[in-house]
Amino acid sequence: MKSSVITFPGSNCDRDMDVALKKFGFKNRMVWHDDVDLPKSDLVVLPGGFSYGDYLRCGSMASKSKIMKSVINFANSGGMLMGICNGFQILVETGLVPGVLLRNKYLEFICKNVFVKINNKENTYFRDINNEVLEFHIAHNEGNYFCTKDQLKEIEDNYQVAISYCDKDGKTEEQFNPNGSIKNIAGIFNKEKNVLGMMPHPERMIDPSLSGEDGSLFFNNLINNLK
Amino acid sequence: MKISVIITLKKDVLDPQGKIIHQTLDGMGFSDVNEVRQGKYFEIDTKENDPKKATNKVEEMCKKLLANLVIENYKIIDAQ
Repeated sequence: MKSSVITFPGSNCDRDMDVALKKFGFKNRMVWHDDVDLPKSDLVVLPGGFSYGDYLRCGSMASKSKIMKSVINFANSGGMLMGICNGFQILVETGLVPGVLLRNKYLEFICKNVFVKINNKENTYFRDINNEVLEFHIAHNEGNYFCTKDQLKEIEDNYQVAISYCDKDGKTEEQFNPNGSIKNIAGIFNKEKNVLGMMPHPERMIDPSLSGEDGSLFFNNLINNLK
Repeated sequence: MKISVIITLKKDVLDPQGKIIHQTLDGMGFSDVNEVRQGKYFEIDTKENDPKKATNKVEEMCKKLLANLVIENYKIIDAQ
């Protein structure tokens, strides 16, 4: 399976993602934002970081960079595209997934482990994962998911809420919402479910000596589902 | 010519920064403030000298980059 990770000026989780993808069997290539053509890929990842220093709005500049035309075409023709953290912010700026990510409700940069509930397993990202709840890591200042009432209805009607913040038992109550996101939303799909944007970092949970191993479940499952 | 644009958050979008500014003002003794909403201001110096054309171009910039219309409104306030 071939994957590509796009590096923007200011990306800082691109190499972590490279390590994670390779660990679970992807042949990964790093692609520079200023390139025009995307290498043949089964999965494209927009990594975390602070692309363009978060100027204007997080992800807004990166969403207009040269490589993004190819990335958008790839996603529109059904290609698997995943945006993590700043990658999610870039995805919402492209319009590939609905909504926006606002400043965290309490104006704090949040860096901690969280539990997320998998809401929809009828897709390539989460199909065959046995767990209902995963422990991932978040590190962001703008992860407060927001969308209009009409968008929220559409997202829910189409089962586009991928993961929601919860406690270890999967209770998605307001007290387990770290950043003020509408309905505890931590990640969403596009309508077709080939594009996934999420604030948590699975690539930080791939080794017991790091924060945990639920990221291993995620990547193992993903490559198996892609085969 | 120079075009001035302001970008503001839409009415029902939470503005945590505005809220903190409001609280701080309150703490400083400005107790009669009802609400503070924070926005952005841009001055765009363009080669275009026709006000209508320049304004249209800046409007396009607002829609495509400067504002995110899910949460923000833009208003061109000056062209000279």
